[in-house]
Amino acid sequence: MIDALARMWRHPAAIWVGVVLVAAALLVLPFVLASVGTAWVRITNLAILFIFLSLGLNIVVGFAGLLDLGYIAFYAVGAYTYALLASPHFGLHLPFWVILPIGAALACLFGVLLGAPTLKLRGDYLAIVTLGFGEIVRIFLNNLSQPVNLTNGPQGVTLIDPFTIGNFSFARSETFLGLTFSGPIKYYYLLMLVLLAVIVINLRLENSRIGRAWIAIREDEVAAQAMGINTRNIKLLAFAMGASFGGIAGGMFSAMQGFISPESFVVVESIMVLSMVVLGGMGNIGGVVIGALLLSFVPEVLRYTVEPVQRAVFGRMLIEPEVIRMLLFGLALVLMMLYRPAGIWPSKTRKREFAEQE
Amino acid sequence: MGTAPAALLDARHIEKHFGGVAALADVSLTIRRNEIYGLIGPNGAGKTTLFNVLTGLYEPDGGRFEFDGIDLIGLKPHRVVGYGIARTFQNIRLFGNMSALENVMVGRHVRTHAGALGAILRGWRTMAEESAIHRRARELLDYVGIERHSHVLSRNLSYGDQRRLEIARALATEPKLLALDEPAAGMNATETADLRRLLIKIRDQGVTILLIEHDVKLVMGLCDRVAVLDYGKKIAEGQPAAVKNDPEVIRAYLGGALP
Repeated sequence: MIDALARMWRHPAAIWVGVVLVAAALLVLPFVLASVGTAWVRITNLAILFIFLSLGLNIVVGFAGLLDLGYIAFYAVGAYTYALLASPHFGLHLPFWVILPIGAALACLFGVLLGAPTLKLRGDYLAIVTLGFGEIVRIFLNNLSQPVNLTNGPQGVTLIDPFTIGNFSFARSETFLGLTFSGPIKYYYLLMLVLLAVIVINLRLENSRIGRAWIAIREDEVAAQAMGINTRNIKLLAFAMGASFGGIAGGMFSAMQGFISPESFVVVESIMVLSMVVLGGMGNIGGVVIGALLLSFVPEVLRYTVEPVQRAVFGRMLIEPEVIRMLLFGLALVLMMLYRPAGIWPSKTRKREFAEQE
Repeated sequence: MGTAPAALLDARHIEKHFGGVAALADVSLTIRRNEIYGLIGPNGAGKTTLFNVLTGLYEPDGGRFEFDGIDLIGLKPHRVVGYGIARTFQNIRLFGNMSALENVMVGRHVRTHAGALGAILRGWRTMAEESAIHRRARELLDYVGIERHSHVLSRNLSYGDQRRLEIARALATEPKLLALDEPAAGMNATETADLRRLLIKIRDQGVTILLIEHDVKLVMGLCDRVAVLDYGKKIAEGQPAAVKNDPEVIRAYLGGALP
């Protein structure tokens, strides 16, 4: 019975039916979410941004094995690039298709700036330097309001332009064929398109000469050199690629929120993205997506349920939602490390290992 | 290639110190094309150090060596491979979480060119290169006799198969000189006999082999010429039969008991 099902599932037609069903579900999803509350569409959009970030970090941490604790800095670089080039702050209003590549390139440059001096460091030492780098970027953003007001300091940048193409604005609500396409719903579709591209890029990189070189460096750097891999350049490439993903995600974050401040780019955010990668399954793209979704949605669900549940059970609120959130988060990480150290959905090499043992 | 020098590798007066210890003192050796050259000596004699110098892992403190007429001193390991010296490691260094096939595919890195952009766009050139990498890796697994394990993670392979996989991975770089650091260590008699056949097959295809080995029987039976290192110095070189009876060599191995 299960065999028959498994065989059916392997049939190419079944795969296509599955793809069509998932695609249809993803197309309808924002309207379902919007009927619950527009907030949920926004939450979903942020979750997709975190998938971008996790996939970018996965290149550095999962593939190349370089522990980066300051990844959010690249997100910040992308976000501020967009904010400064498309807001009243400098009076610049460049179109997004010009700014996003600039943001990606700048983030890429920062990736190389971080990567170049730290190439010889491994493990803990690299983690410490990257942690410092992330903080340096945030502190700069916080303080670059003087002598020249570059970033507007802790107040952040406001009134950031949304994405617009001609007269089509991603911020305006529009009714089409009797359906209301609110701003967040439009962004949702855009994000889904970009997400698809990002996933395809990641999958292709993984199964390529470069992807194999990254994994080889992670496994054994000396042996990788003996295979002719220029470990310096290939590691820098990992930093640069990971950073550009962060830069693009940052630009989209800016446009969607309309407001950014250094507070969005604190260390905890870096740790959060890293947790998504580790929780989902380092090195496996599917696992990373699941990790990002879980860590984005579970806290939000808790935020909306913890209070009513406590009021119903105890008649008043005993523990703050924020506290419960962190408690559960910690508990989940501890349990994961104990029972599934390779993540929820480990990379395929691990899976193959189980297959061999049958 | 009428002008190609007779010696494939010509190392002269190689010196390497670690602190006050001379790991290599004035070591000179020449390896001829298409021979199996054995390097033996007691533990700590400097065999692996010499290997690391020849493959770019260490920069020597003195001396020079030419490989195929080109000076390779000071080049990084990843460049040295490009000139045609491939190596295996004494303590096997495979990419443990990659399959046997992927390990050999990584070995093709130095002879292929696709970059990140090519990988993302997947043009026909990249795809053709990728399928050639795949095909060649399969051939090599077949060549060393472990094709049935191509999808097994390399760390789950048996010891003998891991040694074979390391050789296949090194061959994937298309070396002129294959440097093997104790390939028979820990092998049983059957595995050693298989290895011997494999090495002869590789040599007969035109790859010169430099072999560090503790198994004196294997070295004596297999190598065309042998050099003996002791305390960082070369104390003998020549045909296995002559080296075996060299009093200096006997002294080194038996610890100076003989006058």
